[in-house]
Amino acid sequence: MTDFPKTAEVVIIGGGVVGASIAYELTKRGVKDIVVLEKSYISSGSTGRCGAGVRQQWGLEMNCRLAKGSVDIFEQLTEELDYDIEFRQGGYLVLAHNSTQVKQFERNIKLQNSVGIPSRFVDKDEAREICPPINTEAFVKATYCPTDGHANPFKTNFAYARAAERGGARVYRYTEAKDILTENGRIVGVETDKGRISTNIVVNASGPWSHEVAKLAGIEIPTFSERHQCLVSEPLEPMFETMVISFQKGIYLQQVPHGSFVMGIGEVEEPNHNIRSTWQWLEFFTGELLDILPVLKDLRIVRQWGGSYNKTPDAAPILGEHEQLAGFYNAVGFSGHGFMIAPMTAVCIAQLIVGEKPTVDISPLSAERFSKGELVVEPSVVG
Amino acid sequence: MNDEKIIICRCEDITIEEIRAAIADGYTDFEELKRFLRVGMGPCGGRTCLPLIRRELAIFRGLPVDEVALPAKRPPTQVTTFSSVAISSEGEAK
Repeated sequence: MTDFPKTAEVVIIGGGVVGASIAYELTKRGVKDIVVLEKSYISSGSTGRCGAGVRQQWGLEMNCRLAKGSVDIFEQLTEELDYDIEFRQGGYLVLAHNSTQVKQFERNIKLQNSVGIPSRFVDKDEAREICPPINTEAFVKATYCPTDGHANPFKTNFAYARAAERGGARVYRYTEAKDILTENGRIVGVETDKGRISTNIVVNASGPWSHEVAKLAGIEIPTFSERHQCLVSEPLEPMFETMVISFQKGIYLQQVPHGSFVMGIGEVEEPNHNIRSTWQWLEFFTGELLDILPVLKDLRIVRQWGGSYNKTPDAAPILGEHEQLAGFYNAVGFSGHGFMIAPMTAVCIAQLIVGEKPTVDISPLSAERFSKGELVVEPSVVG
Repeated sequence: MNDEKIIICRCEDITIEEIRAAIADGYTDFEELKRFLRVGMGPCGGRTCLPLIRRELAIFRGLPVDEVALPAKRPPTQVTTFSSVAISSEGEAK
């Protein structure tokens, strides 16, 4: 490629929803000279493999604020980006299986309500109104937030990437960052397989590869990738709109606007980059699914796939400029919920880069919290 | 021939006209095209449509057909009900 850029104001590594949305939010704030490096196709990493849920019912205030802010953005994103991202607020039903969980959910709801998230407890009867075929023997109580829901991850990713390009950003597919160049504790450039780009700002938005990309800059961050598997069924007439999840089982399922059901469950996995599907997972998942929704026994499975959760020791992301390397920003380690909090995360990262005060104070999510022992544990992770 | 009536992906009901429009709109990577239109994501797993779409991508990109990478193949090879998975795992437990 003859016109490959030799300089850029900002280089973003990763063309998934996180990288693309940060690029877009930067263009909105007047930064035009942006290069996005995507080593494969757009949505080839975690974004294109995610379960498509948008949840605000978190147990950590930071996640509640990022999720609530993101829902506010999702609500008008189709219009803002001029691209239908299939956002639908059909709610999330979170199952509690015992009194310990009910107590945890009481704390969660109090916190969620305090930041404006309209979640509440529902009894078995109301749960059945929200999700008629649910097996009410499988839980004791549930929480519900009607403004949670669904968005199409592929389309959200494409929409952000295209809007960023309209704003001046250049997105290079099949272009890989090979080295991050530093001098005297600051960023000076990125070496790619298409050439060298001089820059003073690099954003690590590389999802599953966040640890490896940080290492290119000589920075150790405690992120690791873990396989999580999902499947999708044949489409049916609409049965219910809510997402149903259980932290105890690690399961989530939702009938998406297309009519198919997207569902997944977490398994104990060693950290690695293997994202292949297994039949053992399918058997494990089937047992857990039929316990909650036995009515789906004759539903046909169309496709099964795997993807990565890029995790941190406290299951909260690492956001912001690295203390030891000026100009190096991380937006990584989302631990399985990067898609749903990407819109507000992108706003905050773009604000930090242009020197504005972030809408949500993300300073507790710095990479340094791990060395200082200031972990911010998120108790409510699923899948 | 009326392009808006020629259905290429029968599972998702996608016509040749929609496919050519999407390719012309920049969805020239097979994986991106699939995610944008849902072609090949239905119960048949793309058996009918993927070779036809591959040829369209090859024409547009000026490449030999076999140089256009196909999207990832994913299990199961045939649609399967949850009850048949449950029966097979019960059988193994015994």
